[in-house]
Amino acid sequence: MAGTILPFGPQHPVLPEPLHLNLQIEDEIVVSATPAFGYVHRGLEKLADIRDFRQMIQVVERVCGICSMIHALTYCQGLEELMGIEPTPRARFLRVIWSELHRLHSHLLWLGLFADAMGFESLFMQLWKVRERIMDINEATAGNRVILSVNVIGGVRRDLDSGQTAWILSELAEVEKGFSAMSRTILHDYTVQKRTRGKGALSRSQAMELGCVGPMLRASGVSQDMRLLGYAAYGELEFAPVVEQDGDCYARCRVRFAELGQSIGLIRQAIAKLPAGDTSVPVKGRPPAGEVVARAEQPRGECLYYIKANGGKFLDRLRIRTPTFANIPALTVMLPGIELADVPVVLLSIDPCISCTER
Amino acid sequence: MVFMIPVVLKNLFGRCATRPYPQSPRQLFAGSRGQLINDAGKCILCGTCARSCPSQCLTVSRKEGLWQYEPFACVFCGVCVEACPAGSLSQLGQWRPAVRERERVVLKVEVKSEKSGVRSEA
Ligand code: SF4
Ligand code: SF4
Repeated sequence: MAGTILPFGPQHPVLPEPLHLNLQIEDEIVVSATPAFGYVHRGLEKLADIRDFRQMIQVVERVCGICSMIHALTYCQGLEELMGIEPTPRARFLRVIWSELHRLHSHLLWLGLFADAMGFESLFMQLWKVRERIMDINEATAGNRVILSVNVIGGVRRDLDSGQTAWILSELAEVEKGFSAMSRTILHDYTVQKRTRGKGALSRSQAMELGCVGPMLRASGVSQDMRLLGYAAYGELEFAPVVEQDGDCYARCRVRFAELGQSIGLIRQAIAKLPAGDTSVPVKGRPPAGEVVARAEQPRGECLYYIKANGGKFLDRLRIRTPTFANIPALTVMLPGIELADVPVVLLSIDPCISCTER
Repeated sequence: MVFMIPVVLKNLFGRCATRPYPQSPRQLFAGSRGQLINDAGKCILCGTCARSCPSQCLTVSRKEGLWQYEPFACVFCGVCVEACPAGSLSQLGQWRPAVRERERVVLKVEVKSEKSGVRSEA
């Protein structure tokens, strides 16, 4: 066979995560890409055998740092459904607030890393500077910058008082100002367009067939968003999925950038409608025997939890399908035909989270 | 690139966005989940914390009157603090300082006899 096989990752200067691809190259053009997994496998699903169903909340939070809160949320919602528990209205709205804060900081992180993959260092630093405010909100309201640990079965562990909500709103105004100031650069800059337009394009039908989720799918013109299921308090808030038609790296960038504004809007709505009351309901007993599938929209797309309980303290099986796992097959279609120098941009455009994928 | 030039110049001549770390450490917000401490005077060695800890880094032994904690395995989730019926656990508003040696916290707890299970053991 002609050409050279180039191992791209798991250690590579451009990659924030240990993604491993074997690229078959001919004259600097990618001919085929084969993903390889297992580099950061930690066996977290198997821990369900020795950690009880409550302790597993802290375990699933560590599947991924960037969407830690939403992993715990999906898991708790699954168990709540199994146990027939209805979280309090206040808890549902607080869950939306923390989920959207997570989406905000994840998208800002991604935009920064994407700029970095293009070699646009100043944009990368500027976006991460804006992101710091959200990390501060996380720490002030939940106790930690990254692993919020706010979810429990039946609600949330922390509450927000009126002083905190007012402070969150004023900080969000600053965040909005910060990333809006970058909008011209991100959306109209010549360098950014040159590196992203027409790269790694995926048509609507390809995106559907390959099983893409989240911003990948929405950038290819499919209006799909798990938040439309109305879990937590999303059913009571107004929003419409951000959809773009082109399906290339630039469209993905536009989708994620527009979702920053959408998340801020959702937090404002949730704070305005935040009902009074308790933050959690007391939960007694163990989950009854049965199985349940829980889904939620993470910053990277749909996350799916399958939980099988046997009536005991330990779960029979926990299976986590993370969004990156669903988006990786698209790489095998997007990479062939592009130049090696564009591989980082296309790779980053799926927002890969490998510790999520390999769990 | 042109759109970024004003920002870059502002950053170049403006105030520093980062902190000279060891000289001026960052203050955590109130309610941050920092270093875990146990008030030996309040602990009743009931073992609830050890049973609830997701990383299983606590060991409670009534027989020896010991409460042991492995800070390097702790994930500072605060589950034990909420579970403790005696309110003896708390988290400080600062992180554990960096250390050179791996250490284990071993706390000798005197349990008042009417509360302890030591008597029934005899
Ligand atoms: S710290 Fe609290 S929960 Fe742990 S043994 Fe002592 S009293 Fe019980
Ligand atoms: S903070 Fe969490 S990990 Fe640390 S001892 Fe307490 S329960 Fe265990």
